[in-house]
Amino acid sequence: MESLMNWLQAQLADNSIFTLQTLSYYGEGLVTTVQLVFLSLIIGLVLAVPLAIGRGSKHAWIRLPIFFYCYVFRGTPLLVQLYLIYYGVVFVEGIQDTWLWVILEKPFVPALIAFTLNTGAYTTEIFRGAIKSTPKGEIEAARAYGMSRALMLRRIVLPSAFRRALPAYGNEVIFMLHASAIASVVTIMDLTGAARFVYARFYAPFDAFLFVAAIYLCLTFTIIYFFRHLEKRLLAHLKPVSG
Amino acid sequence: MIDLHGYGPRLAEGALVTVELAVLSLILAIVLGLATASAKMSRNWVLHRLGTLYTTLIRGVPDLVLMMLLFFGGQIGINMFTDWLYTQFDVDIFININEFVAGVATIGLIFGAYMGETFRGAFLAVDNGQIEAGRAYGMSHWLVFRRIRFPQMMRHALPGLSNNWMVLLKTTALVSVIGLSDMVRVAAEASKATREPFTFMIIVAAVYLLIASVSEWGFARLQKRYDIGYGEAD
Repeated sequence: MESLMNWLQAQLADNSIFTLQTLSYYGEGLVTTVQLVFLSLIIGLVLAVPLAIGRGSKHAWIRLPIFFYCYVFRGTPLLVQLYLIYYGVVFVEGIQDTWLWVILEKPFVPALIAFTLNTGAYTTEIFRGAIKSTPKGEIEAARAYGMSRALMLRRIVLPSAFRRALPAYGNEVIFMLHASAIASVVTIMDLTGAARFVYARFYAPFDAFLFVAAIYLCLTFTIIYFFRHLEKRLLAHLKPVSG
Repeated sequence: MIDLHGYGPRLAEGALVTVELAVLSLILAIVLGLATASAKMSRNWVLHRLGTLYTTLIRGVPDLVLMMLLFFGGQIGINMFTDWLYTQFDVDIFININEFVAGVATIGLIFGAYMGETFRGAFLAVDNGQIEAGRAYGMSHWLVFRRIRFPQMMRHALPGLSNNWMVLLKTTALVSVIGLSDMVRVAAEASKATREPFTFMIIVAAVYLLIASVSEWGFARLQKRYDIGYGEAD
């Protein structure tokens, strides 16, 4: 580690913008971005599965609220949702006296809530599409075996729906990574926040933003590669027979 | 009635800016998209590479970062160019980038890449025999494009196009960050001044939903038009 640091120091010796100091901003920004994206994707995913099942319910009182949630969160900009939650949370009656205020005071949690609700809505639609396109024969077969609805969902519908949703979900993950740049607007020091700081400090837009663009590009390619690998393994049965 | 504290007219102006910005960048994105699709399908490998580079780079970087790069960097770039003009040729000009133009250029540039992918897929879906038939009738390249490839391509491109438009519409909210007075910026200012974020943000959200719903209806009608001759659209 020591020698790596020395090496870096030597490399950066005659560079006035990318010093160890600014690089550490980018490093912390990277950690914040990854945390924010990863957490919101995981929570959004957990939220989306029951919602996607409920979205196809026979009962209007289950179906309609979920439809409305998806419609609103997919039809409005994430920035507006973030503002609404970030500025709005202060005005919830009496919240400043509770223990919740300690975490809600920092912008990280409001941003996390906004991102989670947003990706939850998109993921719900992706899963609903995948569930809807389950072949009729598979459902009939499950019924014929006397499976209950829950068992059928667990054993037949969901496993194949997850696989079918994989390509679209991969796009959603990339979309979320790119959308997370908005977090810098509410003073979070994520990757974009670090770039904005470096830009403001040195008035060097090309250095600051091209560098961060390169980091995002690497992250995007990593996600694409990961999902390609997953698809290759999980969707092997859909590959054309003669390559 | 909802009390807007006198922000009503400015909010309406902001909504107009949003719509203008979205429509103008859509037009730019479609033009760029058609050019990119042509470049990517071209036999010339330089054009092909350039098209691929453009779509890959743009789609791999967040919109906000690109917007800041072009907006903050664009001004410095242009200043450098005009300085160079001054020292080399003694021409003294000053170009100031207007936020609106920068916004349209950036959003158009970003969505040109997405449109390029949409159009490329759609062009490939047009039956080659149709194009050959057009050529056999002695139509010029341009006439084949206008009468045969474009109308049939649009049928396949419309779902992707409408998708891109919806994303583009929501992306316009980002220009408020670089200082353009669109409806989100007005609402953010009003929220801070009046301490009533819910009123203003919910109005803005409703306007976005309205625009999205109207355009969804418009695209459904367009799809019907381009589906003529294909029976029931699937």
